[in-house]
Amino acid sequence: MKILVTAKRIPDPDENLKIANGAIDTSASKWVPNAFDEYAVETALRLAEHVGSKDRLAEIVVLSICPKDKKQHLTQFLAMGADRGIIVDADDTALDAQSVAKLIAGVFKKESCDLLIAGKLSQDAEGNEVAQRVAGLLNLPQATFGATVNWNRDGKTLAVAREVEDGVETKQIPLPSVLSVDLRIVLPTSVVNNATAADHKYQEGPRLASLRGITMAKRKKVDVLTPADLGVSAGLGVALAGVQPPPARAAGQIVESPEQLVEKLATEAKVL
Amino acid sequence: MSKVLVIVETSASDIKPQSLPGITAGKAIADKSGGELHLLVLGASPDAAAAAVAAKGYGATAVHTIAHAELEPMTAEAWGDAIAHAVKSLGATAFGGTATSTLRDVVPRVAAVLDAPMAGEITGVVAGDTFAREVSAGRAIVQLKMSAAPFGFTARASDFEPPAEGGTPSVSAIAAPEISKRGATVLSLEKTESARPALTEADVVVSGGRGMQKGENFKVLEELTDLLGGALGASRAATDAGMVPADLQVGQTGKVVAPNLYFAVAISGAIQHLAGMKGSKTIVAINKDPEAPIFQVADYGLVAKWEDTVPKLIELIKARK
Repeated sequence: MKILVTAKRIPDPDENLKIANGAIDTSASKWVPNAFDEYAVETALRLAEHVGSKDRLAEIVVLSICPKDKKQHLTQFLAMGADRGIIVDADDTALDAQSVAKLIAGVFKKESCDLLIAGKLSQDAEGNEVAQRVAGLLNLPQATFGATVNWNRDGKTLAVAREVEDGVETKQIPLPSVLSVDLRIVLPTSVVNNATAADHKYQEGPRLASLRGITMAKRKKVDVLTPADLGVSAGLGVALAGVQPPPARAAGQIVESPEQLVEKLATEAKVL
Repeated sequence: MSKVLVIVETSASDIKPQSLPGITAGKAIADKSGGELHLLVLGASPDAAAAAVAAKGYGATAVHTIAHAELEPMTAEAWGDAIAHAVKSLGATAFGGTATSTLRDVVPRVAAVLDAPMAGEITGVVAGDTFAREVSAGRAIVQLKMSAAPFGFTARASDFEPPAEGGTPSVSAIAAPEISKRGATVLSLEKTESARPALTEADVVVSGGRGMQKGENFKVLEELTDLLGGALGASRAATDAGMVPADLQVGQTGKVVAPNLYFAVAISGAIQHLAGMKGSKTIVAINKDPEAPIFQVADYGLVAKWEDTVPKLIELIKARK
């Protein structure tokens, strides 16, 4: 089993957003890993490890598309426990979702992967497109917005619980396939690989890198590819036509008591 | 001429309400590009639902159906085959609909197969090929121009009113192409049973946050919710702590709501949460911390403990009814 996990770097979401010259200015941004991709790596690690044993059930390859000298986020994922990395050396800020998907699909094929795990969206662009696009390009089944996953290793299938409009759908997909994950995938019992004890409870959230992990990450292999290596010429199907800050809400008022609140909701806002 | 194809989700005999905002968005795209609105109904036997859709009209030129057993229950794989085929055979210049879990799943897949651009979760139609959408948890609104046709779109439900009914679209079947689930199977669909309206459709939403401390404390919020005929919501901090089910989460990583009246109780107001509710018409914040960022977006703020305030509110609202 070979799992490919995508990792995007994003401008730190806790920094103030700067808008300049009709674009979001990231020139001075601190870059951090996209939170949903941390969940994706955590998912892969939980699938791959047999807690209480040294067995590894899968190889985890982390892929990022970014300038090759800006790979700190990838190093962090290697320190968490991923086996090796691949960088596609490109200006990630100038690629559209289809180009990104083509590059990922290219690596998936080149590496003969069995499963792609991606975060459901990136916190900056919030496109929520790439995993589905990769599945379409590779003509593979997909389970998006996964909240839990159960890997049937004998049947080579995944059962994925995903939140849909009016409830929770459980979808089974054969491997090879594409999985995108929601934040609930990192709850203590969300990932089951049928090797780790069924009652094992993980600590909630993506794991932190250990000191040993950080040391080892420096020795792990990171291959560098170019879009040309993958036969992809990046296009831009979507052009940015403008950026604005969101409209500010008019200043609100502080009320002194529940009585005053109900009175104002009834007579001023007229919502009661 | 432009031809905008909106995929509508239906029950056996009628349109699902969640599909309505996408029709409005599709009509706006068609109108701004001087084109036609077309609707697509998919299913094992979609004729009754298509007739119901056509009876309402929605200003569409035509309602198309594709019938195939593999189209139920919905999977992105099978629906992707059907939608891509419909786009090609009709010569559609745009395809999409409401940003439901279904279309967020399938529209990007179709876009990839057609080598098409797309704009997801649009909040406005600027021109026939240019759309507004929020990025970075609502901290900026970008305008995206599609540089090729066809292109895909999904429309955020809270930003588009239901469409006007009217017109008499034709109804016709498109011969089904090869359709396959590619080995995928829907094992189960557990519906969330609730006497309350859906979070994204409710007129009133009452949400609780970390400060509620534990699940049983949500009972008092449920009482307020039911008194107002609303839906219950929660911040990510509350759902992550397991106080309430995860599908109640309002925010960037949960649901985006825009009710007439939104109560944020014991919610600090992280950017992540604000992204999911700041489109609400009237926002009420109740928090004991006067510095909580939620007060910056609230129309009415009350610096107080929920333990004292919420029961009092219930009493006062009851007295008024």
